[in-house]
Amino acid sequence: MTATASRAQRTRSVVLHIVCIAVGALIVVPVWFGVLGGFKDNGQLSTNPLGWPDPWVNNYLEILKNGVFWRQLGNSLLIAVTSTVIVVGAAAMAAFVFARYAFRGREFLVTLFAIGLMFPFAVAILPLFVLLRGMGLLDNPLGVILPQAAFGLPITIIILRQFFRTIPAEVEEAAVLDGCGSFGFFWKVLLPMARPALATVSVLAIVTSWNNFMLPLVVFSDQSWWTLPVGVQAFQGMYADDTARVLAYVVLSMLPALGFYAVAERQLIGGLTGSVKG
Amino acid sequence: MTRPSTVSEMRRGDPATDPPAPGPGTARQRGRQPRPGRAGVLAVFLAPALALFVLLVLAPIVVAGYASLFKWNGFGLPENFIGLDNYTRAFSDPTFRGDLWRGFILVVLSLVVQLPVALALAMLLNQPLRGRAIYRLIFFAPYVLSEVTTAVLFTLVFSPNRGLGEGVSRWLGADAGAVFADPDTVLFAVFLVVSWKYFGLYMMLFLAARQGIPKELSEAAVTDGATAWQAFRHVTLPLLGPTIRISVFLSVIGTIQLFDMVWVLTGGGPIHTSETLAVTMYQFGFRRFEVGYASAISIVMFLLSLVFALFYQRVVLRRDTAGAITNQGGQR
Repeated sequence: MTATASRAQRTRSVVLHIVCIAVGALIVVPVWFGVLGGFKDNGQLSTNPLGWPDPWVNNYLEILKNGVFWRQLGNSLLIAVTSTVIVVGAAAMAAFVFARYAFRGREFLVTLFAIGLMFPFAVAILPLFVLLRGMGLLDNPLGVILPQAAFGLPITIIILRQFFRTIPAEVEEAAVLDGCGSFGFFWKVLLPMARPALATVSVLAIVTSWNNFMLPLVVFSDQSWWTLPVGVQAFQGMYADDTARVLAYVVLSMLPALGFYAVAERQLIGGLTGSVKG
Repeated sequence: MTRPSTVSEMRRGDPATDPPAPGPGTARQRGRQPRPGRAGVLAVFLAPALALFVLLVLAPIVVAGYASLFKWNGFGLPENFIGLDNYTRAFSDPTFRGDLWRGFILVVLSLVVQLPVALALAMLLNQPLRGRAIYRLIFFAPYVLSEVTTAVLFTLVFSPNRGLGEGVSRWLGADAGAVFADPDTVLFAVFLVVSWKYFGLYMMLFLAARQGIPKELSEAAVTDGATAWQAFRHVTLPLLGPTIRISVFLSVIGTIQLFDMVWVLTGGGPIHTSETLAVTMYQFGFRRFEVGYASAISIVMFLLSLVFALFYQRVVLRRDTAGAITNQGGQR
């Protein structure tokens, strides 16, 4: 390597860093503005939107002391976990059959589920609402959980089916020789082997449920069932003039998602890229 | 001894190595060897998924199709049959037609701005660069935030008199605070927030695809005298084709159903200038209780997605190894 080549390389890498930092700033600055804004009062926000808070006002503590935020957090969590268990369970069973049995109508059924990928949730929301009202599931967490699970089926089935296909037939053969029935093989052999794939689809399902807004918005008129997205939106409506307080609420509602991302980044990205590659 | 040989035969014809449909031979071999209660096993394993899917995904869409033929407020059974009037009404309604036009603009914007930027950043992060894992982590982070959170944050960022936008506009001497209130800029402002949240997803998809391409290919091109741009244009870009086509697809389908972001940022206003199909549907269905009319809008959304998906599958994705949308095949 000559000196000019390495200098050119260094210039290049400096330019790349500058671009990356600029893009990173576009992402970090609004969030940082929110985080700092939560420590200001509204007067400071208008005189000093960008700077350091002075004095520090703790809007966060006020929200954390109030039960509403915790209640919404709990609702989001309950709904996300239950939806995920249901969708992953039902999809794993179906994917098992689709991956390892040949039967008449299989391709039709697989295509049917695959078409579900193209249904925008918004298309079904009205009749779903009428249906849920008829079943008495409004203001009931099941009214959100079950439809979410149903709409999560296509992607979950597709990812799991592909994974199940990679498990060699010999494994099933050995299990059968050991006296496992279909259910025993599925439960004791296949699912434990599929742990990475199950983690991936679970992470996708949790994030989808956590961020869902339209369904809980129409299903829950009773505030005590509101999830975080519905709560954040309502909070903004209620305290429209108190920007600092709303900022604090938004930032708090971001934390669980960002924390989850930090922990499950690999599964999330693996799932998204994997599902698109097919 | 017969059993293992059958299994290994089956494995040769196994869909895992031979997508998408197993040959009839496979089925015959299975058939020759009926398992005890095989039909029962199938029924038990398929029942939960099928029940959920048919009841909560397929049935609502059929119901929407039916309801769209009635003037119906959503209570009781639809009785006032009006044929296709809801559809003719929609297509003569300037708001609805505007929704289609705005959807088109959003798609075009995302094709000429969002996806190229995501692609460029993916190529950038594919370079050896210290700290690129951190950049990647940050660029993708907005994707995990909900659309609602993002939208509320940006409402406040641009809120008149207090927001960050206000500070920036004071600094720039322009008025950034009013972007969501001005009919001329609102749609672009919405687009920017949508891109803020989603470009990381596309970047990640491109990056994964780029890393699946052997380095030797573009290196060989450079050795043969191609410039870096030529190597990208004629070697890397074509190999990224399948991922780019899928990204375009995801972006179009996402735009057709865009709701949360718009609803929270602008509610569709001012004077419908940022309204989307889903917002119009929500307004009529849940605010004005014109459920029949709103159902017709739902069905238009559905048909747009369906027609686009089928067209895309036929015409654009045909050359990719398998249909990844109606993904029946196990290409990995």
